[in-house]
Amino acid sequence: MEDIVIDVQGLSFYYAGNIRALKDISLSIQANTVTAFIGPSGCGKTTFLRCLNRMHDLYSGNRYEGRILIDGRNILDKDVDLIELRSKIGMVFQKPTPFPMSIFENIAFGLRLIGIKNRTEISERVEKALKDAALWDETRDRLHKSAYSLSGGQQQRLCIARAIAVKPEIVLMDEPCSALDPIATGKIEDLITELKQDYTVIIVTHNMQQAARVSDYTAFFMMGELVEYDRTERIFTNPSNKLTEDYITGRFG
Amino acid sequence: MGKESSLSGSLFYVFTVISAFLVILFLLGIFYILFSESYLAIREFGLIGFIFSQEWDPVRDLFGAAPTIFGTVVTTLLALLFAIPVAVGIAIFVTEIAPDYVKAPVSVAIELLAAIPSIIYGMWGLFTLSPIMAGYIEPALQQTLGRLPIVGILFEGVPMGIDLLTASVILSIMIIPLIASISRDAFNLVPSIVKESAYGVGATRWEVIKKIVLPYSKLGIFGGVILAMGRALGETMAVAFVLGNKHQITTSLFDAAATITVSLANEFTEADTDTYLSSLFYLSLILFAISFITLGAAKLTIQRLQRGGAR
Repeated sequence: MEDIVIDVQGLSFYYAGNIRALKDISLSIQANTVTAFIGPSGCGKTTFLRCLNRMHDLYSGNRYEGRILIDGRNILDKDVDLIELRSKIGMVFQKPTPFPMSIFENIAFGLRLIGIKNRTEISERVEKALKDAALWDETRDRLHKSAYSLSGGQQQRLCIARAIAVKPEIVLMDEPCSALDPIATGKIEDLITELKQDYTVIIVTHNMQQAARVSDYTAFFMMGELVEYDRTERIFTNPSNKLTEDYITGRFG
Repeated sequence: MGKESSLSGSLFYVFTVISAFLVILFLLGIFYILFSESYLAIREFGLIGFIFSQEWDPVRDLFGAAPTIFGTVVTTLLALLFAIPVAVGIAIFVTEIAPDYVKAPVSVAIELLAAIPSIIYGMWGLFTLSPIMAGYIEPALQQTLGRLPIVGILFEGVPMGIDLLTASVILSIMIIPLIASISRDAFNLVPSIVKESAYGVGATRWEVIKKIVLPYSKLGIFGGVILAMGRALGETMAVAFVLGNKHQITTSLFDAAATITVSLANEFTEADTDTYLSSLFYLSLILFAISFITLGAAKLTIQRLQRGGAR
């Protein structure tokens, strides 16, 4: 194993009311790979993803135990600057979440937040992000139109563009294709494969074919526990755990 | 589908149709009565002559609407000016900032404030707010803003506490709960994942509120403001106690004035001539028209904003 970006050690997570949603998770994720989190609904894969940028902190009563080292620093420490942490870790959600502003401003928003004021630099990086998200050709003539005028698939690529515009190290994706049709899904999947050259991508998915197509590593979760974590082709061809095998062959879930 | 259910279905259909047409009938009926009762005054003073005349002299039987239109418009606009920032602030606090155990009591307090009958606001205004305004706030304003050039004329005269400013403050307190509760509902409609996305690119809470929550809910807030404006235009009892009912157009907020509704409430019993009575009806016809036009314009604005892809 070379170049580990995220190293999770004995992570447990409790929702408000002391409901234990993750039990003693340990895994490490390598730079410039795509890792898929799979498992039945309620298994904790999204909960785990949201631990990685501490999104749970927006709601009161949630509690972490254990350590999550990102670049060697424990992000669960009390003195971690969440604003800075989240600008290093991009996130894309189940549904497209454009902001109520123009296409251009959607991306410029994050750039301004990290302190870029120079207008030329902003336009250059907006263009770059849209190109990287394979959206430039469709939007170059209408950058100042409302982001709501885009189709669902375009909106989702805009959200990816927005996430990568600030050059994060890690991009978290929470079922990014669940609201999209197969053609839009195909485009996003191509994009994910492209993204790993520059970023470390973690994707939560319900779609096992999708996990098999896009990811290098796959983690299988069940009932808040990490059941198996390995190279994707091994998980899908020769899993070592019976539960994993039952799940990927469709015997339950 | 049995026969019985189709019978009750058609009965229900007839009932809803009648109910819907009743609304239109009432609207037209009220308009007709206002118009026919004010016909005498319309013939006497004309439209332009009535609206722009500052005369209000029951002894000489001369009437004009300008002072009351002035009073109505000024108190309503001032009330909105005071109320909107406070109400939106309350809504932001309740939805985005307050911890859960504070949210509920503040929300309930807002709803209760909205449930207080307006005459109680009026009495409170007369016995509590008015002396405070006259004794402390208005002299303080006079000492500070009153000394500035241009703005100074707004704060001239002896602060009596029975004036445009006090009436506007009362009105604003009345409409704050309305705007606050509607804005709060609008803020709650902002999908949490949109807010999370903004936090996800490293926005602070303030940036999320300013750049995401407020723009996302601007139509809802606007709707609340319009409802509040309708309420303020027509509000009578809360204003009647603290405005002085004096038909005059003034530049100072420390002067007494009259609104259309206050004149109506005060003067119907005194209207001893046909022209006087008819002029009061004419005033109410004008208020009807003002409300109708502002609400209509607001509806059009909302439609235009929606079509403009605001959301």
